[in-house]
Amino acid sequence: MPPADSSPEAPDDPCALPPAFARWFAQRGWILRPHQAEMLAQAAARRSTLLIAPTGAGKTLAGFLPALVELAARPPRAAPRGVHSLYISPLKALAVDIARNLEAPIAEMGLDIRVEARTGDTPAARRQRQLRQPPDILLTTPEQIALLLSHGEARRFFSELRLIIVDELHALAPGKRGDLLALGLARLAVLAPAAIRFGLSATVAEPDALRRWLVPQEPPGAMADLVTVPRELAAAPDLRILETAARLPWSGHSARHAMGEVYEAIGRHRLSLIFVNTRMQAELVFRMLWDINEAGLRIALHHGSLDVAQRRKVEAAMAAGGLDAVVCTSTLDLGIDWGDVDLVVHIGAPKGASRLLQRIGRANHRLDTPSRALLVPSNRFEMLECRAAIEAAAAGEQDARTARTGALDVLAQHVTGMACAEPFAPDALFREVTAAAPYCGLPRADFDRILAFATDGGYALRVYERFAKLKRDAGGRYRIANPRLAQGYRMNVGTIVEETMLKVHLGAGRGGALRPGRLLGEIEEYFAEGLSPGDTFVFAGEVLKFEGLVEDRVIASRAAGRDPMIPSYAGGKFPLSTHLAARVRALIADPAHWRCLPAQVADWLRLQQARSGLPGRDDLLIESFPRAGRHFLVLYPFEGRLAHQTLGMLLTRRLERAGLKPLGFVANDYALATWMLGDPQRCVAREPGFLGALLDPDMLGDDLEAWLAESALMKRSFRHCAIVSGLIERRFPGMEKKARALTLSTDLIHDVLRRHEPDHILLAAARADAASGLMDLRRLSDFLMRIRGRIAHHPLARISPLAVPVMLEIGREPVYGEAGDAAIAEEAERLMQEAADEPGPADGGAEA
Amino acid sequence: MPAITAVVPVSSSLAGAVPVRLGGLDLILHPEGAALVPAEETLIVADLHLEKAASFAARGRLLPPHDSVATLGALSALAGALAPRRIVLLGDSFHSRLHTFGAASPGPALIAGLAARAELVWIAGNHDPVPPLPLPGRALPELRIGDVVLRHLPCRDGRPEIVGHLHPAARLRTRAGALRRRCFLLSPARLVLPAFGALTGALDADDPAIADWFPDRAGHAFLLGRAGLSRVPLAAVMG
Repeated sequence: MPPADSSPEAPDDPCALPPAFARWFAQRGWILRPHQAEMLAQAAARRSTLLIAPTGAGKTLAGFLPALVELAARPPRAAPRGVHSLYISPLKALAVDIARNLEAPIAEMGLDIRVEARTGDTPAARRQRQLRQPPDILLTTPEQIALLLSHGEARRFFSELRLIIVDELHALAPGKRGDLLALGLARLAVLAPAAIRFGLSATVAEPDALRRWLVPQEPPGAMADLVTVPRELAAAPDLRILETAARLPWSGHSARHAMGEVYEAIGRHRLSLIFVNTRMQAELVFRMLWDINEAGLRIALHHGSLDVAQRRKVEAAMAAGGLDAVVCTSTLDLGIDWGDVDLVVHIGAPKGASRLLQRIGRANHRLDTPSRALLVPSNRFEMLECRAAIEAAAAGEQDARTARTGALDVLAQHVTGMACAEPFAPDALFREVTAAAPYCGLPRADFDRILAFATDGGYALRVYERFAKLKRDAGGRYRIANPRLAQGYRMNVGTIVEETMLKVHLGAGRGGALRPGRLLGEIEEYFAEGLSPGDTFVFAGEVLKFEGLVEDRVIASRAAGRDPMIPSYAGGKFPLSTHLAARVRALIADPAHWRCLPAQVADWLRLQQARSGLPGRDDLLIESFPRAGRHFLVLYPFEGRLAHQTLGMLLTRRLERAGLKPLGFVANDYALATWMLGDPQRCVAREPGFLGALLDPDMLGDDLEAWLAESALMKRSFRHCAIVSGLIERRFPGMEKKARALTLSTDLIHDVLRRHEPDHILLAAARADAASGLMDLRRLSDFLMRIRGRIAHHPLARISPLAVPVMLEIGREPVYGEAGDAAIAEEAERLMQEAADEPGPADGGAEA
Repeated sequence: MPAITAVVPVSSSLAGAVPVRLGGLDLILHPEGAALVPAEETLIVADLHLEKAASFAARGRLLPPHDSVATLGALSALAGALAPRRIVLLGDSFHSRLHTFGAASPGPALIAGLAARAELVWIAGNHDPVPPLPLPGRALPELRIGDVVLRHLPCRDGRPEIVGHLHPAARLRTRAGALRRRCFLLSPARLVLPAFGALTGALDADDPAIADWFPDRAGHAFLLGRAGLSRVPLAAVMG
């Protein structure tokens, strides 16, 4: 637990703490901070409360203190009691860590309080015992809450619940895990109406959305109280952009040019965290640093697909002061203080102001000293983005999130879980789930369709009534049809559907027999599928040679060479946030502002201004130019990669209709380039409104529908929904479904359903997910509305300076699934050509 | 030897199809996943797995109950376009002996419609050693056309064969990444048909369960695609 404060001043309000606590605080020289006292008062007044505080403010203690104080004052009782306080964290490790950290104060104050964690890793025997003898404070995750609530014992287990603490609420609420937890809290409100909720959150743009999330929406719009730590208390972060002597690349994400300077910065600090945006980038940066590690600095690697044991080792080494730097992904965004971090390096652009603040908060976990962070843009646009992010951070601005509508696949999972716990009446359950903020606008008709889906698949032909998973009793109440189905539900609870991962083992083949050896971690299936025996790749910080697949395991050996075949890197995982994009546009549009940029970047923009024009703050710049026998149209929307990709797909359809024969497009976070055989300049000359018509918002009508019918994006979304909703089970009793067969089977289900039952609720759920996620439709739609009548077209004779970065990405970006048939035909032709060039095996009966 | 130019533009219904030979028999591979014997006016499809969704539903996985209609609809359309005299169903036509068409299912009518167009020959499969319901046409363990045997399971008896059962798919590395498609597999010894059923999964051709049937990798895979079949050497998909 972080210390409350180390200043020797006297407590502000000693009455707020019982004597045992006050003594314990005094022994440590701590004082009760105002927000911690406020949370005690809120608990005493039985008020649900959102606490917003920066990292290092003693937020977690502020949440727990009221629970400890109340439990300490509780009269002893012989009979086992229900859980008193529930702490829910998005991270298993955080729950376990805090459970451990609570032991000390409880022991030192001599309190009779039992604290236990419950996660997926908790042994079954202990979980059973926890059900019989609940601890006073239970620390757990959203998935475990769903599991507990699906048990018949839930009613008794939670009957004495007084306080629910949701940690890192800002990270949890905006996703499907937040939906699942919101539904769980709605059930807890029924089982334990007396319990109040505390939400703990980092600074957010719109606290009211979280205040609503935290409490039952009865009446709609109800909000938890708000306690904040004044911003002035926290020292402003010391943020800098790396001033590189090297030439800043036009494109790419490796930041190779800056590695020497990053290495020097690491050498000057005690412990550095080096954040990158993707796992591949982490591997790459780790490798580059070791290649120049002449001083023998202790640099480690930490990302989500490394083996858990290996990650734990790195964390322990950090805590013990045994490391100088750790290269990491978002796995270290949240949570635990592993060590005395005094520098955060961010490689690549942060993509959002809030993410940047969260990450730099990892350095110097103390309020009174500033966090120190170094931003390392890997190309010129990222330089602009980093600048914008620093200005946003200085202004204390956060990315706004639009309010979320609860996902229907999560609701389907919850409905099944509730039927496992005890019989429910649909009217009562509908009232219950609509008290959860994400579902407060849920139409009854959608609820009924989800109930029908959970019951017998919800198909128009009710042919599966005999196989129904939920049975209706005479009173109209639903319960699970048999215990095996309940077991299946419990094995599949949760909303995190990961890429199918394959385990990577060290091992070598002898005489063609590959034997798996030591486990290194996991990699994405699609990546493994792209490897051929002999290919080298970087994993777990080593260059490995791919030997082959044995069942579902990747066997690799240590490679002798130092130059791995590094997979193409498809940009950051997160698209540029709307807020940051607006700042980047404003920065570019204002030459007076360029003083803050390195000379080479300012020169680049000046050249752009002279040769073409600058993208306006609210206008859309479009350039057209011929190059290598083709005509290019480059747009600069700055709306993020996802929205640009969607726009690219739709624009291609329209260019096709306009007879311009489009050949392809490429998108990054800032721009979109398409190329074609026809000449768009001629179209514009003939018809001045041509580009306006091309980008009319009506493209989100029929063109979008036609594209969606075939889109690989929709199939991916559908697969996710099919798993979360329980149509497809990841695991079922007695059998592990062979993971590698999964992708295909959900695609087939999607195709059959789409053709024969286009109105099915699961297709609607997949569609909603794709619209808000992979397609970023709302953003695209806002953009198209914003630029109506504000298009600035610059017909050019040649490529413009600003177009260079996106043009360099042509050929590096992955091609879309829709183009797959053409790609297969191409590859087939190449292979047959190759086969014809050399005397190969006899032609197997094909006599063309 | 260019790959795609092997396409014969006989008629629009054969667009993208590829002529091949096996054991002296002229065949046409159709991009929908069926084989044709022109001399016999015979259409061959394998592994329909009708009522697969229903048999899954009985075990608690409520897959959409439209797979039989989708499969039989596709077969009817193909039969309508190609007008064969005979249709050979190469085994595993039904997924389970226990789950046949429900009372309201249009399945029997679709099969009757097929039977009205062509003679139906139901080859026995491991899922349906005997037909689970009375069916129009003949039920046989195997069928011979010239020197070629048509049967469900592949066999090493030295006779050229056309078989199903294996549900082959091929994975190819392309500029669009690794892509996977159902495929035909053809060697001098045998032609393996892809599964025709709408909800049938597929197995990669490099899996020993399939690759062991092509020990010397002599021959080709024909990948199904919307625009036609793509031919690649077996070695390219089996390693």
